[in-house]
Amino acid sequence: MKRRFIPAIACAALAGLAALWQPRVVSGTATPSLDNTELYASPLELLLSPDGSRLYALCEGTGDVRVLDARSGRTLQTIPAGHDPRGFAFSPDRRRLFVVNSWDDTLSVIDVRTSAVVATWRAGFEPSSVEEDRAGKTLFIADRVGNNITVLDAATGAVEDTLEAGRGASYMAITADGGRLYTTHIYPNPGPYRTPPRSEITVVDPTRVMVVQRIPLPSIAGAFHVAVSRDGRLGVVAELHPKNLVPLAHVEHGWAFVDTLTIFGADVGRPVEVPLDELDRYFARPFGVAIAPNKSRIYVSHGGSDCVTVIDAQRMLAYIRRNREPIAEDLSASARYVVARIPVGKNPRGVALSGDGNLLYVANRLDDTISVIDTRTLRVARTIRLAGPERVTALRRGEQTFYSAQYSFQGQFGCANCHIDSTFDDLQWDLEPDGFGRDIVDNRPIEDLRGTNPFKWNGKNPSLSMECGPRTEMYFWRSQNYDDLRLADLVLYVRSLPSRPRRWSTADGQLTAAQERGREIFYRTTDKLDRPIPQTNQCAYCHSGPKGTNQKSFDVGTGKTTDNSGLLDTPQLSNIALTGPYLHDGSAQTLEEIWTIYNPHDRHGRTNDLTKDELNDLIEYLRTR
Amino acid sequence: MKRTAMFGILFATALALAQPPSHPARGHAVPASAKAAAVPTMPRYHFVNYTTANGLPNSHVYSVLVDGDRIWAGTDDGLAEFENGHWKIYTVADGLAQQAVLSLALDKRTGAVWAGTMGGLSRISAGRIDTYTQLNSGLSNDVVYGVAVEGDYVWVATAAGACRLNTRTGQWSLWNERNTPMREIWVYGVSAAPDKVYFAVWGSGLLEYTQKTGAWDMYKDPDSETEIVLLRNQGLIHDITSAVSYVDGIVWVSTYFGDSRYDGRYWHNFLTKDSGLPSNFTNSVKAVDGNHAWFCTDKGLAYYDGTNWAVYRPALDTGKPEMIVRDAAGHVTNIPVTTAPAHNYMLGIDFQGRDIWVATAKGLSHGIYQPKESYR
Repeated sequence: MKRRFIPAIACAALAGLAALWQPRVVSGTATPSLDNTELYASPLELLLSPDGSRLYALCEGTGDVRVLDARSGRTLQTIPAGHDPRGFAFSPDRRRLFVVNSWDDTLSVIDVRTSAVVATWRAGFEPSSVEEDRAGKTLFIADRVGNNITVLDAATGAVEDTLEAGRGASYMAITADGGRLYTTHIYPNPGPYRTPPRSEITVVDPTRVMVVQRIPLPSIAGAFHVAVSRDGRLGVVAELHPKNLVPLAHVEHGWAFVDTLTIFGADVGRPVEVPLDELDRYFARPFGVAIAPNKSRIYVSHGGSDCVTVIDAQRMLAYIRRNREPIAEDLSASARYVVARIPVGKNPRGVALSGDGNLLYVANRLDDTISVIDTRTLRVARTIRLAGPERVTALRRGEQTFYSAQYSFQGQFGCANCHIDSTFDDLQWDLEPDGFGRDIVDNRPIEDLRGTNPFKWNGKNPSLSMECGPRTEMYFWRSQNYDDLRLADLVLYVRSLPSRPRRWSTADGQLTAAQERGREIFYRTTDKLDRPIPQTNQCAYCHSGPKGTNQKSFDVGTGKTTDNSGLLDTPQLSNIALTGPYLHDGSAQTLEEIWTIYNPHDRHGRTNDLTKDELNDLIEYLRTR
Repeated sequence: MKRTAMFGILFATALALAQPPSHPARGHAVPASAKAAAVPTMPRYHFVNYTTANGLPNSHVYSVLVDGDRIWAGTDDGLAEFENGHWKIYTVADGLAQQAVLSLALDKRTGAVWAGTMGGLSRISAGRIDTYTQLNSGLSNDVVYGVAVEGDYVWVATAAGACRLNTRTGQWSLWNERNTPMREIWVYGVSAAPDKVYFAVWGSGLLEYTQKTGAWDMYKDPDSETEIVLLRNQGLIHDITSAVSYVDGIVWVSTYFGDSRYDGRYWHNFLTKDSGLPSNFTNSVKAVDGNHAWFCTDKGLAYYDGTNWAVYRPALDTGKPEMIVRDAAGHVTNIPVTTAPAHNYMLGIDFQGRDIWVATAKGLSHGIYQPKESYR
């Protein structure tokens, strides 16, 4: 009994010491650099060849697949892929390797024998993972921006179908017999305002190419990798369980996120959510999952806590069977089944388990290493360093800070918890300790931020240094402050985030007829009765410039009695199509609702003279911004 | 103006005189025994009816959809799913746009069901319901009379024009009196195929959209708003259209004043006086193929096999089960039957192999096909 707790305590102690140790100047094995042009490999996902001799590392930063000798760690080959590759999978016969390139919206088909890219096919919007059916006839691709699963003919690449998945569809697992394909998604599905988030596991029958079930993930916003045991009877999803409906002051009194797994499948019966955290220590952002071949253990990487959790699966199942009540929020539960927390590199992501289950490979995205864990000793046996820059630039340090949870109270969460993969989380938060339900704010995206200050919905933070520094420390972390250099690095990283491709623009940048009509409405100065529209009520006045903001605050009639400020910062329009819900508190579920419901007096632009088709045109134009 | 009317009346009189005598009035049909040798073999069914008494949330059934072994019924009080002998009901509380489900369509590629309601359009996919309304999306209007799926597009007939959702991009396209030939905007029905999409526009006839070119065309009653059919088989029977079914390159149109079939060159119209239709007031039509179609009228369900007609209903006077067959020569025969659809007022039909499922004003009816060997 006592021995069971030792690894957890040891790991917590290590993590606690790490949290206490705060150098004024960042140190490490590499030398800080002021040159921010270095291109890091940033390994994101891993695959093993069937015999375990080759390790394939999908490198997001360099846009390639590294083929390594799994024993020596030596890189044998580097196969170029596309822009920001995010997921990959072998064909069932292992002759082909499929890579999805999230910014190109393409799929690279690699001949495993020759390591050559033999085809590049169009995929959906922001493809993020791929699987092939066992017959080798059909490819399934999870599209993060498309919110669906694109189905391709595996021989020709022709798009055959589009299946509706959850919002931000991103990760997939197919059962060994090919009977079921499970897909998770990183943003919650749309739901009623100020209600707990809802997500799902989308279950596809690959033979019929149909969604046959949606396993509910109640209270989950941010579901990452899903894994299924070889016999198909045990499934595991790594996920975030946010507590966004109460003031974030609860960071001190409980938690803002629980890091959990949902266990599903015949072995467990009804799906059950179990916590990974401990009462006074959190293990932020579970991401990669692997199940031992004999189902004895489950391994989970934590992108925010730089460690891997090892779970005794049978002990966990026994605990679940004894306790049919919800246990997700009982943080004492994890002590019943967590057997180890193994520190690894920075921002561990994808994991791969050897066929015999003795070695677990972990991709450490932000230090370009792969940890090899001996699962018999539960220690890192060795660390493989991928070829790349030795120096750590300020930009890289900023990214490491962004993805780390070590700065928040008890290591609960980091920037990337709410800004998943540097985007947003689709949630509305009650951030400040000003009373329950006051000043509810929608999480704004952080791409392409240059020239969009001030920040915060009330426009009170003039700079990113203020936004990311004192404000974050005071209201979010409630723990410790960044040193100046670390804050500067973090701001540098956030300012560097580019805007994602605009999927609703035509390839040549020309507007469609509907978009052109919408553009004319956006820039109009008179209404349909030829009456002048006051300047402050013209779309293009407040939403001016290339980013779509004049950086000023206005009262557009969307304020609530629970708001602390009557004026609201004009949000930028960059990739506005992706970032619903809308308005400062997220009360508008869609772009349409901004005007059909929340603009009764024409204070948020003159729009009530528009017909339905004209409003549609305006929205078509906005979707190109 | 007057001269035109006068000419119309004269022309109508001439046409009426030229018409062959109509078949015997309904209710005076020849007994089956007297014409046994001449009675064409029309499909017979054993009807099992579902109402609130055995699982439906409401007996007023607007629409029905067959998806393999699963049946969907759009009722006045929610969407009912029938599978393995059990009903599952979806209501507004489950996310359905509105309780009255007027129309249904199946996306055969994904298995998703689209439900047009009096308050928006809902997609039901493996238990999850996503709803589109005129407030939260580009949908033209919340009253969705008809819906059809073709490829990546969902085509919608609403009380304020037609529209189309691109399920891949989320883009909506709207069509109404401003950008199509339709003069009225009450779009009651839609039928979509890879080459053409047809809309039944109440008061504006039949609207045709050519997928390849994006061009619109309009088919109107050549007699305009005249209730007398002056130019039979010269065009659409009437502009007050209620539904359309486009199968195998043939368009079938139902109206409140008779029905039409159009093969791209020739029109053929059907009226009670010269066909087996039990009523000219037709709520919907659904074709099996280019030569076979079902008509849902206010006085029974009619089947046309290209030559002969059959009507299935509870008798209008006694309510007893009734099947009437009319052959090409106009001979009408009563076929003795023991079951009938739940009500005369027919609203929709779908096919399950050789079986039929019928939406009526007072229940959902499962017509179980009876093999010919059992006919007597």
